[in-house]
Amino acid sequence: MQKDDAGGGDVNAAAITPQSMTSEERRKQVRDEWSACLTRLAETRDKTEFARLFGYFAPRVKAYLLRLGMVDATAEEVMQEAMLLVWRKAHLFNRSKASASTWIFTLARNQSIDRMRRDKVQFYELPEEEPDPDHRDMGEHSVIEDRMQEAIATLPEGQAQVLHLSYYEGKSHSEIAEQLGIPLGSVKSRLRLAFSKLKAHWGEDA
Amino acid sequence: MNISHHFDDATLMAYSAGSLPQGMALLVACHLHWCEHCRERVDATNAVGGVLLDDIEPVSLGEGALNDLLARLDEPEQELAKPVSRPSASAGQLPAPLAELVGCDIDELPWKRIGYGVRQVDLDLDGPGATRLLRISPGVSVPHHTHTGNELTLILSGSYNDEVGRFCRGDVADLDGEMEHQPLVDTDEDCICLIATDAPLKFTGLFGRLVQPFIGL
Repeated sequence: MQKDDAGGGDVNAAAITPQSMTSEERRKQVRDEWSACLTRLAETRDKTEFARLFGYFAPRVKAYLLRLGMVDATAEEVMQEAMLLVWRKAHLFNRSKASASTWIFTLARNQSIDRMRRDKVQFYELPEEEPDPDHRDMGEHSVIEDRMQEAIATLPEGQAQVLHLSYYEGKSHSEIAEQLGIPLGSVKSRLRLAFSKLKAHWGEDA
Repeated sequence: MNISHHFDDATLMAYSAGSLPQGMALLVACHLHWCEHCRERVDATNAVGGVLLDDIEPVSLGEGALNDLLARLDEPEQELAKPVSRPSASAGQLPAPLAELVGCDIDELPWKRIGYGVRQVDLDLDGPGATRLLRISPGVSVPHHTHTGNELTLILSGSYNDEVGRFCRGDVADLDGEMEHQPLVDTDEDCICLIATDAPLKFTGLFGRLVQPFIGL
């Protein structure tokens, strides 16, 4: 088996990467590694596992928070809070339900909402469910997400644009409509179209 | 619960993206508590966020960010003051996020009469639009109205009929400006709904234009 230079990527989790793998397979491997790392963290409470997760996710979480419009100092602070939750809530991570990336995305998103509504009652999150390993096949969702990544890259520009404005910049549908100068209904139909294409990519149960 | 009306994909995407106004996010969370089907759909709309997080261009962190955080890992976790939920006769009648917010039974809420056969409680949440509970008497119909933005309705008890269909406990109506509707309460039970909008409603009939200043929906 051929091996890539282990020091070459930013992801030591995917040190063994046969040349023959497609980019989709490589993404899946990276993704599975981080989900495995988070699962190990929950079991071992090992701070070196946490440091590895931090190295990959913290710069991404901060980038996301900056895109939402936070100033640098706030983004840094909210990122720290989100990553602290990764440590504290790792036992609630359920690999069969979401990948590590999706789970950490939802923590960061909730932290940013909390920040914006500091003095309000918090009720946004669903109650935390203990992982139910029997509920779905292991890793099913991370396969879905690999395919989705491919699909996002092939979306028509108009659809990719509304997806990015919504998820990356946290803009409401009305704000997007105003910014792009298109009717609200068009924003929603572009999002629906984008989502149905993403669903088509993950196959039969969509 | 037999739920037959669910959210539009675009609404669940906005929920996952965190871009819904507070009241609409509350309403979505309430439906999710009752609806396994939509919980699974939200797994998928959340996954879009996960993929985008993987694809984002990472930025540099402040100096010592990792060490600062490692130093905090062993700090005792501060217990957040959680609202105490009171067990009551109608416990289970309201979805948990709403029960936590209002902290009492439906009947103990400060219902205000706003017109013939219609009472409301304004939840007074942040953001554009409004979030309120409506309690509509049997046989009463809400005036014809359209929407400049989006309107979400979650049926908490009772039922109504409109141009779209019949809506019962747990069902959501997910409407935007293209839809004009006139719900009619079709049983002998009050219909209680949670309604969240992101813009004011527009009433279309003469009666609607007359009551709008009072209802202020």
